[in-house]
Amino acid sequence: MTLLYDRETCTGCMLCIKVCNFGAISKDGDKVAFDLDKCVLCGSCEEVCPVNAIEIERRTVDKEKIAEYRDVWVYCETTDGRLRNVALELVTKGRELADKLGEHLVALLIGYQVEHLAEHLVHHGADKVVVIDEEVFKDYTTDAYTIAVTSLIAPRKPAVVLFGATNNGRDLAPRVAARLGLGLTADCTGLDIDDERQLVQTRPAFGGNIMAEILCPYTRPQMATVRPNVFKPSEPDPTRTGEVERVNININPVQVRTRVLEKVREITEGMRSVEEADIVVSSGRGIKDPSNLALPKELADLLGAAVGGSRPIVDLGWLPPTQQVGQSGRTICPRLYIALGISGAIQHLAGMSSSDIIVAINKDPEAPIFEVADFGIVGDLFEVVPALIEEIKKLQATR
Amino acid sequence: MKQVPEVAEVKINPETGTLIRDGVPSILNPFDEIAVEAAIQLKEQHGGEVIVITMGPPQAKDALYKALAMGADSAVHLTDPRFAGADTWATARTLAKQIGKMKPFDLVICGKQAIDGDTAQVGPEIAEFLGIPQICYVRHIELEDGKHVKVHRETDEGYEVVRARLPVLLTATKGLNEPRLPNIMGIMKAKKKPLEVVDADTLGLPEDEIGLKGSPTTVRKVFPPEKRKGGMKIEAEDPREAARKLVEFLAKKGVI
Repeated sequence: MTLLYDRETCTGCMLCIKVCNFGAISKDGDKVAFDLDKCVLCGSCEEVCPVNAIEIERRTVDKEKIAEYRDVWVYCETTDGRLRNVALELVTKGRELADKLGEHLVALLIGYQVEHLAEHLVHHGADKVVVIDEEVFKDYTTDAYTIAVTSLIAPRKPAVVLFGATNNGRDLAPRVAARLGLGLTADCTGLDIDDERQLVQTRPAFGGNIMAEILCPYTRPQMATVRPNVFKPSEPDPTRTGEVERVNININPVQVRTRVLEKVREITEGMRSVEEADIVVSSGRGIKDPSNLALPKELADLLGAAVGGSRPIVDLGWLPPTQQVGQSGRTICPRLYIALGISGAIQHLAGMSSSDIIVAINKDPEAPIFEVADFGIVGDLFEVVPALIEEIKKLQATR
Repeated sequence: MKQVPEVAEVKINPETGTLIRDGVPSILNPFDEIAVEAAIQLKEQHGGEVIVITMGPPQAKDALYKALAMGADSAVHLTDPRFAGADTWATARTLAKQIGKMKPFDLVICGKQAIDGDTAQVGPEIAEFLGIPQICYVRHIELEDGKHVKVHRETDEGYEVVRARLPVLLTATKGLNEPRLPNIMGIMKAKKKPLEVVDADTLGLPEDEIGLKGSPTTVRKVFPPEKRKGGMKIEAEDPREAARKLVEFLAKKGVI
């Protein structure tokens, strides 16, 4: 086992029991005992032990090798020839990290007919944009994109590479990590640089019940996928200048082993994307019947909002999966989030609690959604929402 | 597949900020259940053999028994204290080593992600170590001619139809199927099906490629999430009045 406990040295101070977030340490006479089935080897106990009686065996770090890796790279995802929002979020965050390191920010732009997007990335903070623009990259395929990314980062040695935690980003990044033998942290919601110039990656685990700080101490580049809509993109500065480098990658068609035959959009006509809307009107189990969704839709239309839903009603097929808000759906941060008949399970809160303003309407005064709502109404949504629609119409008429 | 705690029942001790895992049941990861069901359905339609593989502590065999009870033919349990503390890279390395020994195979199916870690990384990493293509977030599978697979892969906008030659690794997501409940016959048969236990020595990977020592990432600290504070809460005795106050609040904040 890789956790070593020296019972002789242990003074029985019990500090380790207090810091263990997993309840894996218990009192054992005047010393302690470890339940290794619960232990995740996070090292909290090792850090707090005043007499170094706890040791976790780790790999050694080759500092010289690590110092060869410089600069922050962000992979900028495109779809149908346009940048995805998360690309600008990553450039903004990457700029901040590069400044802390005193290094450059390089944006990696891969796609077909995307070169013109490079200047946007510069305006948002990139020092340099590396562009791969070829027809083989028109549709996302794991093979072609993995070859492109690995063949660039292996020789150029960046210290950090960030990807958006989108469906494609989470398909690509682990493939790259496995090929190059690199650490990768999934779905980060926080990124920082510590005193030792390491990337500190914060992410939720156990369905959002707990947060973990992850490091990649031994390998470079340090790689992470970053949850969309957590970092806000900066305002573009059209006077900023940067270098654009066009790179050609030779890919033999046989290297691409999957073929996209057809793409189907499911965000139906008149249904806005919950990720991109300023206002989201979301419904939960309290809506009772799919026919009642007309009510939140009317409210959403009035406000120019997107219609969202919690997991139960998406599981029932009342709304398409693209509209699901929460841990297993979309993470969003609109200016206004209106939760109708949503109790607020922790998995749901994980997807919307960074919204600027949260409004909750729910019959149950004890519903956890009220703990995060800026304005909560305890009442029947079928009475309150029609009244709300009336009031908004009145307000809009005066403008 | 992976055995996971039922995360919906994991609670935080408000005083200490620690996870309360006592009494939280362990289950077969729901996405893996979908993967197992998909494999069994393919076997029912096309023939073949379904082998389930997990890496985990001794009690993870319960998850294997569940899959065997659903209809898998045999199971492999990678279990050894030296596997503990593995991150996604070391986990995938370990699983891929075992799968590689079991060639030839047509399909490797994983759940999209485990509900405790939510990384979705182990599937693609296994595919890379095996040197086979991957198609992630699959909602529909068609075996075309015994040599190709055509699937619907979920995207952020909807889905795409993707075709690949076998062998290929798929990760299963919601909507692919409704996993069956094991029946009594299945549960009784499960205990008699072959279940191979493999430790680190038998697997034959160097110690610096497994467990915590083989993991390029390390957890520095865990802490409870920051809680957002609630604001005002009013009782809607008069819905009109409540709606009026809400509109006033929103207008003042400048969001409507």
